Amino acid sequence: MRQEKNGKRRTKRYQRERDRKRKQIRLAVSAGIIVVSLFLLEKLLVPKYVDGVVEGAFVQEYYDQEKDFDVIFVGDCEVYENFSPITLWENYGINSYIRGSAEQYIWQSYYMLEDTLRYETPDVVIFNVQSMQFDTSQSEAYNRMTLEGMRWSPSKIKAIMASMKPEEKFLDYVFPILRYHTRWSQLTKEDVEYMFRKKQVSHNGYYMRVDVKPAENVPEGRVLKDYSFGENAWKYLDMMRRICEEKGIQLILIKAPSLYPYWYEEWEEQIVDYADQYDLDYINFLTLVDEIGIDYSRDTYDAGLHMNLSGAEKLSDYLGQYLIEQSGLSDRRKEKELCKIWEEKTASYEKEKQDQYQYYGMEEEN
Amino acid sequence: MFFTSYDFLIFLLVLFFLYYWIPGTYQWRLLLAASYFFYFAAGPEYLVYILTTTVTTYAAARQIQNNADRQKQYIKEQKELSREEKKEYKNKQKKIRFRWLMACVFLNIGILAVVKYANFAIANVNGLLETLGGDSQISYLTLAVPLGISFYTFQAVGYLIDVYRGSYPAEKNPFKFALFVSFFPQLIQGPISRFGDLSQTLYQEHSFDSKVLCCGLQRMLWGYFKKMVIADRILTGVNTIIQDTGTYSGAYIFVGMIFYTLELYADFTGGIDITIGIAEAMGIRVQENFIRPYFSKSLKEYWRRWHISMCNWFRDYIFYPVSISKRMQKISGFSRRHFGEKVGKRIPVYLSSFLVWAATGVWHGANWNFIVWGLCNWAVLMLSEELEPVYEKFHKRFSLGEKRGYQIFQMGRTFLLVCVLNLFDCYSSLEDTFWMICSMFTKGNWQILWDGSLLALGLTRLDYLILALGVILMILVSLWQRKGKVRERIAEKGYPLRFCVWYGLFLLVLLLGAYGIGYDSSQFIYNQF
Repeated sequence: MRQEKNGKRRTKRYQRERDRKRKQIRLAVSAGIIVVSLFLLEKLLVPKYVDGVVEGAFVQEYYDQEKDFDVIFVGDCEVYENFSPITLWENYGINSYIRGSAEQYIWQSYYMLEDTLRYETPDVVIFNVQSMQFDTSQSEAYNRMTLEGMRWSPSKIKAIMASMKPEEKFLDYVFPILRYHTRWSQLTKEDVEYMFRKKQVSHNGYYMRVDVKPAENVPEGRVLKDYSFGENAWKYLDMMRRICEEKGIQLILIKAPSLYPYWYEEWEEQIVDYADQYDLDYINFLTLVDEIGIDYSRDTYDAGLHMNLSGAEKLSDYLGQYLIEQSGLSDRRKEKELCKIWEEKTASYEKEKQDQYQYYGMEEEN
Repeated sequence: MFFTSYDFLIFLLVLFFLYYWIPGTYQWRLLLAASYFFYFAAGPEYLVYILTTTVTTYAAARQIQNNADRQKQYIKEQKELSREEKKEYKNKQKKIRFRWLMACVFLNIGILAVVKYANFAIANVNGLLETLGGDSQISYLTLAVPLGISFYTFQAVGYLIDVYRGSYPAEKNPFKFALFVSFFPQLIQGPISRFGDLSQTLYQEHSFDSKVLCCGLQRMLWGYFKKMVIADRILTGVNTIIQDTGTYSGAYIFVGMIFYTLELYADFTGGIDITIGIAEAMGIRVQENFIRPYFSKSLKEYWRRWHISMCNWFRDYIFYPVSISKRMQKISGFSRRHFGEKVGKRIPVYLSSFLVWAATGVWHGANWNFIVWGLCNWAVLMLSEELEPVYEKFHKRFSLGEKRGYQIFQMGRTFLLVCVLNLFDCYSSLEDTFWMICSMFTKGNWQILWDGSLLALGLTRLDYLILALGVILMILVSLWQRKGKVRERIAEKGYPLRFCVWYGLFLLVLLLGAYGIGYDSSQFIYNQF
């Protein structure tokens, strides 16, 4: 009798134990399915920026690089469309990278720099001052294109917090699937093809365009109520200056020769004063157009907003010379390892150049 | 904090964790703190309103209870009192209790009236002054309507009346009572709970049970599906139609009223599903507010199935007291004498119903449209009542009542009637509503139903497809509900199937939900009631 009771008890205990284990396995398998499927869905739904609007892919490409750059550019389209790191290397042996992105606001440029400094300390940081015009973020789409590519770090978190528009949510950046949940109806074969691999779309951050659209009838800037840059913009410029000082980096302010958006005289004065006050180099390329030989009928692909390849190479040549002469950068073309890296980059650059000439039905200029 | 916001979901996550982590005796205290945090997040300035209602109702209920207890004690002790003396004493005490009741009811309904209806009254007075040729106008008040004021005021007033009636004793602990008034899932859009029902589980200790939690989460998920996939998607079409009366009339109004009725259902029942689900996940039972209302065969049945807690409130606290009031008895006597027994018996019922429906209209909003909507409901209900003998004769003659086809016809007829009545809800003026209803019969632009015009309402083909599938799913779930609780039936199935159902539903909400940038996810329609 007692043996029978003990036997029943043991069976019950065994069953309970078996149920418990079964539950645990079920839970683990379910959790696994949920995590994996959500991960795959997110990978599928996020924009890949490999075709059409490729600007969103620039920021993340930096992380695949050997990080030992002499010069880092930060700023908006006026850096990534107007300067060619390939020319800087080929003509002067300067190892440079452009951490630019579409409508990159100054607080984003600052955190992009802070993020860069986690990996390396360049000799020179070049910041294009056009973005001083904005004191708050203007577009969620541009925020996304800049911030999504950044690797997670305190800098990225701060960049997101500084950039979010009122309608944006931090959680949407943590889980992009929440932001892009409706993209399932717009998926293309690229979304599947580039779920797990990337396609390089820039050349050390440079966005190449070889086509030509002459600048004609460039509109004058409209009258503004107030020409003073905002407090927020100044705050981040100060932060950028200070961090460069702390790290012993030379900060160079530039204004690219884009005819539009309009660069006002009042803005120019403020930047000149700031540069004077803190003994910073400031190059306004708009005033050097003739010296550099920029021809707005041939050197721009969008009627004066940005340089095409021809214009970018001219500008880069001028800037390279300036960096060698004024910033004391040395020619690194004797470094074998680096040369090897640049050989590949140059080949890819040349290939795309040829592809674009062919696409636009143009002949390469010599 | 909307139910559909990330903030709210994070708030819930933290709350659920803490709720099952702390000792059971502290659970209701945590809920009180969470409810006040929720209310504070909606607007710190609103706290004064809910606190006033809580404090005054608690104090009045205690006074009434103490008085009743004293009366009982006194009667018990004073055995030598004659029956008349006892009666006289009881009447005297009852009057005191009644004064407490009325003072508190007037104060709280007064607050509600001022906050919600003062500007409506001012607008009407100004209109009258203008008509009479007066120059002066009363300036409007700038008062924001506190979150869920109608719901918590009605809940508190209902409690006080129940205590006065002796249905249950007044709650002694002021903090427990504060939780009853402010229990956050109900603040958004009800239901209007009774203390006797809610208190049974609200203050109980609940230990963690994964089944209970899952059950609540499943109900919430279904609510989110209705709200975010259906209601918020169809909202675009509704807004396009009702905001431009110049462009959209005729058949568009027909489409708009169907859309609005579906939106209202998905929005309101979805919100209630979320409310009940949150409570269920914590082991708290909140009463159901809907029983498949669009399957009703008559308007009378519809109002027994739609917003049940509000209808019961009006029935128990307005209709019954008014029907049996001395004044109504006098009217009843008068009408029986003058119009005969048959008609005289009905007049008090109709008058009480009239009052209830006018109040229901006013409760829904400070607008003549709502009042007329309420009275139209009353008129249809009374007409149906009057025509009851005719229906009976008809059914005896043709015996259609049991036939499936006729039942479907009845449901369709009731649905369309509700749709038309809902149009009063859509437009801001009676004139617009009237002309829009008329245009359905006069405009003759029915070709818009098939010539692609509906694709210009801000909804794509894909949206229509999702809406159609969503509505079919809602109908199927309602049909399954007739045979028992759907969740329980799913729970009987094997684990893989259960997992697929609930995770599938989650993915549907995640991928098809109208939320985030690009969607103006709306508040729940009943938020500001």
